[in-house]
Amino acid sequence: MAKPTWMQVCLGVLTLLSLAPQNSHAEIKIGAVTCLTGALSTFGVSSIQGAKLAVEEINASGGTLGQPIQLIVEDNGSKAGETATITRKFISQDKVVVILGDLTSSATMEGAPLAQAAKIPLLTPSATNVAITKIGNYIFRSCFIDPFTGKIMAKFALDHLQAKRAIVMTDVKQDYSVGLTEAIEHFFNQNGARISNTFSYSSGDTDFRTQLTEVRNAHPDVVFLPGYYTEVGLILLQARQLGIKCPFVGGEGWDSPSLIQVAGKAAEGNYYTDHFSAADPEPRVQNFVQIYRAKYGAIPDALAALWYDGARLLAQAVQRAGSTDPAKIRDALAATRDFDGVTGRISIDENRNASKPGVILKIESGEPKMVQQITP
Amino acid sequence: MDKLIEVLQQLVNGVSLGSIYALIALGYTMVYGVLRFINFAHGDIYMLGAYSGFLLAPLFAQTFKFGEFDTFTPENTLFILCGAGLVMVLSMAICAGIGVLIERIAYRPLRERPRLNVLITAIGVSLFLQNMTQYRLGADPKAFPQLIPVHVVEGLGNLTILTSQLAIIIATVILLIILRFVVMRTKLGLAMRALSLNPTACSIMGVNNDIVISFTFALGSALAAAAGILVSMDSPSINPLMGNLPGIKAFVAAVLGGIGNIPGAALGGLIIGILETFVVAIGFPQWRDGIAFAVLIVILLFKPTGILGRVEREKV
Repeated sequence: MAKPTWMQVCLGVLTLLSLAPQNSHAEIKIGAVTCLTGALSTFGVSSIQGAKLAVEEINASGGTLGQPIQLIVEDNGSKAGETATITRKFISQDKVVVILGDLTSSATMEGAPLAQAAKIPLLTPSATNVAITKIGNYIFRSCFIDPFTGKIMAKFALDHLQAKRAIVMTDVKQDYSVGLTEAIEHFFNQNGARISNTFSYSSGDTDFRTQLTEVRNAHPDVVFLPGYYTEVGLILLQARQLGIKCPFVGGEGWDSPSLIQVAGKAAEGNYYTDHFSAADPEPRVQNFVQIYRAKYGAIPDALAALWYDGARLLAQAVQRAGSTDPAKIRDALAATRDFDGVTGRISIDENRNASKPGVILKIESGEPKMVQQITP
Repeated sequence: MDKLIEVLQQLVNGVSLGSIYALIALGYTMVYGVLRFINFAHGDIYMLGAYSGFLLAPLFAQTFKFGEFDTFTPENTLFILCGAGLVMVLSMAICAGIGVLIERIAYRPLRERPRLNVLITAIGVSLFLQNMTQYRLGADPKAFPQLIPVHVVEGLGNLTILTSQLAIIIATVILLIILRFVVMRTKLGLAMRALSLNPTACSIMGVNNDIVISFTFALGSALAAAAGILVSMDSPSINPLMGNLPGIKAFVAAVLGGIGNIPGAALGGLIIGILETFVVAIGFPQWRDGIAFAVLIVILLFKPTGILGRVEREKV
């Protein structure tokens, strides 16, 4: 074969360049960071499916400010440290207008200070730890916060389960779990009811018998388990194997099919609070469930719904701001009132947190059933 | 009396956890023995063992009625053990094959190169196996099918031992006895020991070093696969990154026992398992993962050859 001439090489390079994506100035860039792989991957996948569905719907109806939205998705691998790196990339390389994410409180804590320093608005649809929005005035969330979850968990155990003695098992590696533990302790210790003990474990553990043996010996009325599904599934299983019969009460961290698959029968009869129930008869919710199922072949979980709302809320704020100027988008986000989301009516309060209702679910015959809805 | 029961209880938990580390550590130590290198992909063979079981179990689910028994009874015990044993032996065979393949493809071409090359390659293989599994089978945790009914063993008073923990301990003892027999009483075992003493002399004596090295990888990988299955029977949630931490801890166990020394690896595994359990029991669960590495530092400072290791002098 003859060697390519100089001219041919040039032509080749030009052809390649013309194949490269067109300059994307005409798009509104939103950086989305979540955990698509690793321990919390089922959360991450749901969340991004919700966000993508929202972006597709918005783009199909003409986009925001007359321009389509480009969602740049990055995966933190459920690993500490990754979200910070990704957030830096969003700000300096992708030059995003706003950031959506992260999913967990611990991960959001990494990215939020960077976004605040760069004055890029960040909205997390699902990180519930109180401290997050205290990082600065560019940090928002579209879900309720841990004290609210802790309050409804404690109230539910007191009123509905008539619990007097409780134990908390905390995942000390997760800000979410630690924050929720404080809230539960704050609201449960009243009228003679009290938390008799707290035990700790760490994300990634698979053997909880050491702690559970002591839980069993304490004979509590209820065990609060504010952790994530990967460990919760195994904890429920091992608890029932050791003969602990009292109900376990958890938070939205439980909401994954993986929990019920792992725990099997041991999941039955336990309760958790959540942001959303697909069984909610509200037409808005049922409509969303239908569209989501048609696209992904699955019932949306709370994370899918939260991120769907989060992405739509961001797009709406950009629209109201009337420009891609970060300061104006920030002001528009702060002014969000009565946004009609599938997870309820969202208003952003003066602390940049969302005020909205929560639900309590009970696991029965392998499925979460809605027990009651609680408004703040 | 209560305190005694409690200590005994945690000891049982520790021994069952330590047995898993011991099974993995044996692979590290045997490979080090014959090749003087640390196979960092070994923890991922343990993960592949669990996934092999996960994929194999549905094939035999009907024949052996997996998940249909709630308790062990005198009538069904043998039947259940046959089913679980079959899945385990097949997974061990698959992983033995994978181990041999990895050595053939990734490590053998680098055998005459500086040792650092093959060490870095091993880390590459480890990342490849993790990401390939995530890509092919998904990153989310999977529920491992129930091979044996897991419940508290009756008749032990206040002592709570689960059938799965008992299975881990008994299976480990059986595997260790078989390994001891293979290494001490068979020709291949003799060749393994000869190879670890002096590879050149060994091949002059007519031993085919390649075959012995392949066999060592097969043996180590089979043991890791067994550990993967046993651990999944006990905590039935598996994910592609599950081999990371146990792999590194087992490596520490191998160093603790004296790397290259087979009884040392088993002993090291048990010690790490028991230490971890007691660290959690006395109320420092955050230190569970730290303790193994604290042990590593202490060992490297004060007795780098490990508990049962011997000093190797450089010959001139």
